[in-house]
Amino acid sequence: MLKLGVPSKGRLMDKTFQWFGQRGVTLRKSGSDREYAGAVDGIDGVELVLLSAGEIPRELALGNIHLGVTGSDLVREKLANWDRRVAELALMGFGGADLIIAVPQAWVDVDTLDDLDAAAAAFRGQHGFRLRIATKYHRLVREFMRDHGVADYQLIDSQGATEGTVKNETAEAIADITSTGETLRANGLKILDDGLIHASQATLFRGRRAGWTDAQRQKLKALQLVLGI
Amino acid sequence: MTPGSPEILTEARRLRDHFAANGAQVVKADVLQPADTLLDLYGEDIRARAYLTADPLRGEMVLRPDFTVPVVQMHMESRADPARYTYSGKVFRKQENDEARANEYVQVGYEVFDGQNPAGADAEVFAVIADALSGLPVRAASGDIGILTAAVRGLQTTDARKAALLRHIWRPGRFKALLKRYGGAEMPASRAALLAADDPFAEAGPDIGRRSREEVAARIAALRADAAAAPIAGEEIGLIDAILSLRETCPNVLSALRDIAVDMPAVRDAVGRMSARLDALAARGIDVEALEFEGSYGRTSLEYYDGFVFGFYASDRPDLPPVATGGRYDALTARLGQGRAVPAVGGVIRPDLVIGLSC
Repeated sequence: MLKLGVPSKGRLMDKTFQWFGQRGVTLRKSGSDREYAGAVDGIDGVELVLLSAGEIPRELALGNIHLGVTGSDLVREKLANWDRRVAELALMGFGGADLIIAVPQAWVDVDTLDDLDAAAAAFRGQHGFRLRIATKYHRLVREFMRDHGVADYQLIDSQGATEGTVKNETAEAIADITSTGETLRANGLKILDDGLIHASQATLFRGRRAGWTDAQRQKLKALQLVLGI
Repeated sequence: MTPGSPEILTEARRLRDHFAANGAQVVKADVLQPADTLLDLYGEDIRARAYLTADPLRGEMVLRPDFTVPVVQMHMESRADPARYTYSGKVFRKQENDEARANEYVQVGYEVFDGQNPAGADAEVFAVIADALSGLPVRAASGDIGILTAAVRGLQTTDARKAALLRHIWRPGRFKALLKRYGGAEMPASRAALLAADDPFAEAGPDIGRRSREEVAARIAALRADAAAAPIAGEEIGLIDAILSLRETCPNVLSALRDIAVDMPAVRDAVGRMSARLDALAARGIDVEALEFEGSYGRTSLEYYDGFVFGFYASDRPDLPPVATGGRYDALTARLGQGRAVPAVGGVIRPDLVIGLSC
């Protein structure tokens, strides 16, 4: 049996069901609407597992599921060396959102990472603490900042309403997911010109490590044939 | 081999005894250290390298990633000069990218605080470590970050540019980008537009957050001053590149650096210190004719070295981490001593890797 993990609710689940449906594989919730059990029609030997999108990367890496649909941002954030643990089978073309760095529009002197780095150095000298960036994407932001040589900042954990942290003075800048940028503008923020950390979209992944039998590998081939990927 | 295995502890004891026999006092440090000093020194990057945890009363704590910081703090209270210390114990390093590397291993260290004779102290630490590894198939590499910093301080440019370059000595990518910018590369369109604007704040949006309009205005003034400053000459940038790309044996490098010092007199003192160090190494029986020197050695590590740097590597195992590493960290003692600097140099050996080489 090949286990396919799919987000258990909301738009991401609906869109995933639609994507598979258009390719001849019907995914559906079985039983009542509140129950997290699923069924697969159109191919044998594939089991649907409904999970929180945030848990799918971990379950894939552990080998508890063989295939999984989730945001490419979540896989990169939650798995160190993600590309050694999972592989992308298909970019699904929905759930698009950009992880970006945004600063107050009032910072007319800051449009690039180079500016942010210089502003952070001056800010630390002035205020005695490192410039705070609110985010929930700690790994992705830290790696991005390191790769671009930005120093004198600190990450503040923010699990929601991150755009409001600057106005509330719990952070000076943010790193967050945005699709249109409207919420950012409404909160007096702007995106840095070179502040795109990752362009995320819903992606079908396979686990690369534990838990694969030959039968499961053959089943994956058959599924890929049906899906045309 | 597990980090606490009897073989490793026996080897660690041998190394520590070797350091103690060279006059070092044996010291200990807590496994759990306050994290604020390391966060202050290294910023967020330390979170990718060390295990941080929160204590409800003491705030953020860290499983010691090395002994240097606690030993420096210990020394700052004792104020002895000169002083030598040795220690042996586990350190903890997160390995986010290479699972084959240990995240917990024993380090045995030798640290010398000596303000009188820095060249002698550099040579002493290197020679004592080389002696501890004698007979093993290792090769040594060395460098000197002090030459690069002297070259940056000697550039014919503004103090603000020099400060920005010095701040990024340990981030080669950003350093290179800054040097290019200061060398006259075109500024980004956004900055050109900002500097050309009659009222930079015309479309500023609401003032939110802790960074005030005065701070923004101060940076715009700094950007204007920078735009008005002459670019750093291509010849000077060429000399920095030449220093960074040095990769030869020490005597050849010394000769090349003396050539560079003709065009850049600011590095003369640093080159003189290197020369004195090589003499001191030779006097201790080190074959400096064969010792490798790399101009950019030690710039990407998180160790805060700012002068002499060195490492010992398994000759035929380039995949292994260095068996021993060390260097001079005067800037670290200056930061931790709140202005009271004590020149210091030290190094560590990994007994687990020593055992791997002996068998």
